[in-house]
Parts: sequence; structure tokens; C-alpha cells
Amino acid sequence: MLESKIPGGPLEDKWSHYKAHAKLVNPANRKKLDVIVVGTGLAGSAIAASLGEMGYRVKSFCFQDTPRRAHSVAAQGGVNACKNYKNDGDGVFRMFYDTIKGGDFRAREANVYRLAECSASLIDQAVAQGVPFGREYGGYLNNRSFGGVQVSRTFYARGQTGQQLLLGAYQALMRQVNAGSVQLYARHEMLDLVTIDGKARGIIVRNMDTGAIERHGAHAVVLATGGFGKIYYLSTLAMGCNGSAIWRAHKRGAYMASPSWTQIHPTSLPQSGEYQSKLTLMSESLRNDGRIWVPKNKDESRVPNQVPEEERDYYLERRYPAFGNLSPRDIASRAAKERIDAGYGIGPLKNAVYLDFSKAIKDQGEEKIKEKYGNLFRMYEKITGVNAYQEPMRISPAAHFSMGGLWVDYELMTTIPGLYALGEANFADHGANRLGANSLLQACVDGYFIAPYTMANYLADEIKSGPIDIRHAAFAAAEEQVEKQLQLLMGIQGNLSTDYFHKTLGKILYDKCGLSRSGKGLEEAIREIADLREMFYQRLYIPGGYAMNTELEKAGRVADYLELGTLMCYDALTREESCGAHFRVEHQTPDGEALRNDRDFSFISAWQWEGADTPPKLHKEPLHFEFVTPAVRSYK
Amino acid sequence: MHIRLKIWRQESPDAAGSMKSYTLDQVDPDMSFLEMLDMLNEQLLQHGERVIEFDHDCREGICGQCGIMINGRAHGPLKHTTTCQLHMRTFREGEEIWLEPFRATAFPVKCDLKIDRSAFDRIIQAGGYISVSTGAAPEANSIPVGHPVAEAAFDAAACIGCGACVAVCKNSSAALFTGAKISHLVLLPQGEIESQARVQRMVNQMDAEGFGHCSNTEACEAECPQQISVLHIARMNWEFNKAQVLKK
Repeated sequence: MLESKIPGGPLEDKWSHYKAHAKLVNPANRKKLDVIVVGTGLAGSAIAASLGEMGYRVKSFCFQDTPRRAHSVAAQGGVNACKNYKNDGDGVFRMFYDTIKGGDFRAREANVYRLAECSASLIDQAVAQGVPFGREYGGYLNNRSFGGVQVSRTFYARGQTGQQLLLGAYQALMRQVNAGSVQLYARHEMLDLVTIDGKARGIIVRNMDTGAIERHGAHAVVLATGGFGKIYYLSTLAMGCNGSAIWRAHKRGAYMASPSWTQIHPTSLPQSGEYQSKLTLMSESLRNDGRIWVPKNKDESRVPNQVPEEERDYYLERRYPAFGNLSPRDIASRAAKERIDAGYGIGPLKNAVYLDFSKAIKDQGEEKIKEKYGNLFRMYEKITGVNAYQEPMRISPAAHFSMGGLWVDYELMTTIPGLYALGEANFADHGANRLGANSLLQACVDGYFIAPYTMANYLADEIKSGPIDIRHAAFAAAEEQVEKQLQLLMGIQGNLSTDYFHKTLGKILYDKCGLSRSGKGLEEAIREIADLREMFYQRLYIPGGYAMNTELEKAGRVADYLELGTLMCYDALTREESCGAHFRVEHQTPDGEALRNDRDFSFISAWQWEGADTPPKLHKEPLHFEFVTPAVRSYK
Repeated sequence: MHIRLKIWRQESPDAAGSMKSYTLDQVDPDMSFLEMLDMLNEQLLQHGERVIEFDHDCREGICGQCGIMINGRAHGPLKHTTTCQLHMRTFREGEEIWLEPFRATAFPVKCDLKIDRSAFDRIIQAGGYISVSTGAAPEANSIPVGHPVAEAAFDAAACIGCGACVAVCKNSSAALFTGAKISHLVLLPQGEIESQARVQRMVNQMDAEGFGHCSNTEACEAECPQQISVLHIARMNWEFNKAQVLKK
């Protein structure tokens, strides 16, 4: 039975009530408690630094060559917080409502409320760390509006908000490394979780420089390892982003929740060839001034500027007159796919739509547009060689954010006692669709303001456990299993590269478990992935040896993706409704909008691992709406 | 496109390295430079050879992990562009391209084009932060920061830590990297308080790591993907001298 541990009482009192009654650890005892944190993005750096400051002994792991490169660094637009500095009617409840509605009423009220409640403190913390947010001329913090909400609550540091927030967290972490409370392990990849008597007690890692396998023990383990959108191969994520840490924890008993809920971002650059490794995101803010269209004529051969106005289909303005080009991400992406699938796509591969600034340039002047988006136009030109002041950008949807992840309770603890999941690695706050500028917020709030309290509540009872002994049989068994898997992968000696399997898997998922899904397609995908997995273990080839070897690293991650991909399909197949990013073609309104089914599907799907060749087991956590009433999400 | 490559191959930190020749056909001009290396690696793998190890991650110019000396220039021929944002259309048909790791005593080569830049982390550990613990922060708007000051701090804070400044410097100096962080923090009222101790500790650590001195050639600014200004080096020197005087 899934116990979400949501405190009783009024919504606005739940978190303060929890904090008032949570157990504490005596400062003198904290240095006797070890905590492992995997991942050094915003959530990971924040919790590692915060626990170090409190006096715990922390070990921090990341696969990058320094913590500052974790993928939080790439977030562009901003971070939401309900400071109400604009006096425009913002407040905790309004932010809570926007977020839970944006998630299509598929998240817990208590979690989402807490996210909004803690948002203001995050801005205070970041400013104190030296994050150079945008300011007004009087010296006070500026805001912008974002992602379709009606208030200005997005704080930003030009187009590099993620980078600046991460550097703040990274510097806090480095301060603790200097103080001796945090030990840093860069270029170390977690390959297994160790549990003893049902509790998380450590991890097995591989030193990616030397190939050495190491054991690390702790009283609690935090996974802050980000999202797994890279499973689609082509995505906006970094090349190294992966799902292996959470997947290996899943195989040790942690449930995965809503793994198929992937945000497909509408404004990425389109794929231009088979060689492509990455789809670069263009900030959503461009939709404030850009107009999206495709030609009305399927075989349009003229260059965009020569297509007359009346022969252009501004399909977002046509279908969603109220929100138009500023419709939420899931809606905008799906509408683009609808046009592309219908044969109206543009570009050499007919896989994109136009994002046109000619009207904005005419109305506001090129200088004004340059001031607002100059860096993005420059980036666009660098990548495509095209000047977007003179002709429309080509954009296309791309896999971006995992709303799903490890199931966690209100304390951010997984179904394994002592194992926590923070930030994008968990499923908790965004429901079936995340609003722009909420991912940085959730990662920071989890790491700075929630886990330090909830982990103390658990660690308080761990003092009596004494030091964790890595000579325990459970460590030996896990280490042996890791070594066996590496030998298995190296020993296949086939003739196909890991990338071949990754790209093939990505294509299956884009086609059948992407922007739209059908029961038939998902069943096909499950069979196709099973075949691909079989082929992987017969024909994979990894050159090189056990020491530094990029191909070996990738193979381990793709082996996990091949299992995770199957779970995503089961998740999408069993959810016979459409909600947020999850669009089942069987469940739509006559005009093609998502049709949610609150009567039968107002629950979180939490999946239990049953083995690679056995379908996973579904557990349901019902969602109770006590304070808001789920409504139809309309942007018409 | 047809291109010829000369690439530094080195098995391990202690092994001797050398330049090896490769050729690639059917390179698409729209490929990124790193996608061209992916293509070469696929070709090596098909021939059973060890692939070329190179640093990269986000491939959108912000994580700072990529960095290759391309024809003797850090991140290649384009100004203010990371290696990952470089595209093959920048090169000529049939061109010979030389690829080497960023070289500096403080950046030992790990394997092929991969280097160890942990010295940068240790410089930050020495003082590249504001000492505020979680929970201690006052209301964000209680300390106004002028718009130009915030913008100047941002310009310094935009450093991605790639190490191109060190690689391109004839002295392998980390003055731009260190100066940018010192400048970012000292410009803000929140960071100004610790400035004296910070600058001394960070500069000492920079020296201890084996980076050379700055001799004002300004090559670092010319190659920096984020266009970090050498004025931050001047500010670091000013802060350092000030701290030395005030210490006495």
C-alpha cells in the first residue's frame, strides 16, 4: 500500500505543521551520520551543501568532470516565485492553482502547495548567494511573465537563469568541500543501490577515469540525478543525462511513477540529418513575439517570405484564439505535430513549422527585437547559418522534461526507506505537464527547503545504527553484480554501436510513446523494444577496455533505457485517458483536445519492477482534491 | 565534404601521446564539429578501434565541458564560440584539421582529448563563494543592487569554466577565470564583505595549482566563448593589492 504521508489539516498549514513535529538530530550527533548524494544539479548541490552546513558527513557524486556542469546549467528562461513584487495579485494560492491546473490535475495538492509556499525563500537564498538576477533601475528585482499565467512571477538572469542558480548552489557546495563536510567524487557514476534489511545503505560506483568499482556506505541516499528525456536520443538534454541511477534503484525496489509523462517542448530546432545528436532548445519566451505558421498548401515550394498572408495557416491562433501563440507547451507541441503529420511540415525533412518575427519587427522595429532576443537569434544563426531577422525560424517539438520519475511520498522518500529522490528525478509536483520556469524552482525547493527537514526526521532514528560497514555481504553482492554486468556488455563482441540501439529506441518512442499514443501503437512498441533488447545483447560492440571508455558508459545507460522504455509504454498503455502531455488518440474531444477521465484515472500510477521479461506491477495512489475542483483545461 | 584530421591520441595520463591521421568522407556541412567526431568514432568502432575520448555534454554552449584546440585555436576558428557550437560549414572542402587537448601544466591530459580541470574547482573552493548557509538569507529586496552593477556582475558570472583562457595563454594563466569570479562576487554588496580574504585565498590557490602569471596579452578575452573581459583581471589585481596593503 502506498502511503503518501500527507499531513492532515488545512492546506496552508500542512507544511508548517509537518516542520513543527518532525524529529530533529542533535548537532553533536550529525557528524556521526553519513549521507550520499548522487547528482550535483540544483537539487543535488543544494541538499549536499545544506546537509554539510548542518554538520552531516556528506559524499557528493556526479558523472561530469565538475559539479558545475550538471544539466540544470542549461535552463534558460527563469524561475517562478510568488513574491508579488509587481503588485499584480500573485500569492501562494494562485501559484498553487496555476501549477496544479497546468499539470492537468494529476499532482498532489499538498506537494504543489508546498512548492508555491517555499518559492519566495528560494529567491532570498539565491540573491544572498550572489545570483545576479535581472533588476530594475531602482535596484529592485525584476520579473517577467512566462508560460501563459496572468501574473509576472518569473525571476531571470538574462537567458542563463539555470546557469546562475546552479553556480550559486555549486559555490555553496564548494564552500562545504573546503570546510571538510562534503567529499566530492566527480567522474563517478552510480551503478547500483545497496540495501540492507530493506533500507538504503549505500551505492556502488564506477570511477569513470580509471574504471575502478567502489563501495560507499551511508545512513541515507539521495538521488538527484535529473530526468531521462535522453531516452528519446534526440532531445534538448545533455548527452550524458541518463536514467541509470533511478532505474537501478527501481530494480532494487523503488517504484517508478508516471514514467511516460514526458514534456515535449514546442520550440526546439528541428532535426536536420541522421547524424544529429541533439536538438537545441530555443527559449519559450520567443513565442511572446513570434507567430507560428505553416503553409496552407501541402506542396508549398516558395521560400517563406514569398508565401502570401492568406496562404498561411497560423494554426495556434486559429485553434486557440484566447491564448494563441502562448498556449501551454503540451498544446503547442501537439498542434505542431498535427500539422506536420498531416503533411504541412516545412524544411527539407518537412518536420518543422515556422516561427515568424516579421510582424513583430514591423511593429516594434528590429532593434527592439534584438534587445529582447539578440542572444537567441545569434545562437540560431550559429547553428543553422540562417538570419532569423530576415526569414522565419524553423522550429519543431523535442523531448525535454520528465514529469515522471521515482515515486516519492510527502517527505520525498521513495518506497525504499532511506532512499530519497529530489528534483526532476522524482515525479511529485508537475502532474502531467510542467509549467515553464517551475523546474528550477522544484529542484531548488526540494534541495534547500524540503529534504533538509524530512531527512532529519528519518536520520534521527539512524544514530543507533552505527557506522555503515561496506564489508557487509550486501555490498559484496551488489559489487559482484555490477562487475558481471560490465563483463556481459564487454563480452558481447557484436558489430553494432550503442548509438545504433539508442537511436532506434528513440525513434520507436517518438513514434509510439511521444506526443500522441494509441493502444495499438504502444503494444507494437513493447514488442519492438523487446526485440531490440534481444538484439542489443547479441550484437552490441564496445571497443576498448575497462578503464576510461565512453562506449562502455553509454552501453550501460542504453541497457537501462531499453528496460525503462518498455515501462513507459506500459504506463501509457494502461492510462486510458488523455491528460497533459499524455495524449491517447482514443481519448479526445471531437475537435481534437485531450479528454481527461477523472472518474477512472484520478490516481498516480506507481510501478513495481518484476523482472525484465515480466510486465511491471501497477500500484495506484488515489489523488484527493479537497481544496480545488478539477476542471477542464481550456485555452480556447 | 571530405576532410582530413590529425588527432592527439593518448591512452592514459602516463602514456606517451602522438598525433594520428584520419580521413572522413560525406561530412555534412550542417554537422556540428562534435557530430563529426561522433561520425569518426562510429567509423573507428566499425574497424574495432578504440574511440576518441573527448569532453562534451550539453552541446549547446553552456556547460563548459567541451574544449578542443582546433588548428591551434581554443574552440576553433570562430570567435566567442564553444567547440560544440562550431559547425563543419566553417571548414573548407578537403581541409586538414588538427585537434589537440587544451594544454597546461595544471590541466593534465587524461586520455586523448580529455583533460583534468579539477584545479578550477579547487580555486573556487578556496573562496569563490559568499558564506551564507541555507536559511540565513534576508528578504531578497532588502538590499537593492543597481541595475548596472547587477549587469556587470552577471557579465563576470557568465563564465562557463571551460578553460579556453588557460589553453590559449602562453603562460597558462588562470587569471581570467579567477578574476571573473572575484569580480562577480566583489561587485555585489552581498559578496563585498569577504572580498579581502577571498582574493588572497583564491590567488594563492591559483598559484599553487601551477597556473602561470598574467602578462596582459589579452588572448584569453579574444578566445573566451562568453566574452569575459580582461578588466576583471585588473579588478582582481586591484583587490589583491588592496588586500595586501590592508593586511599590514
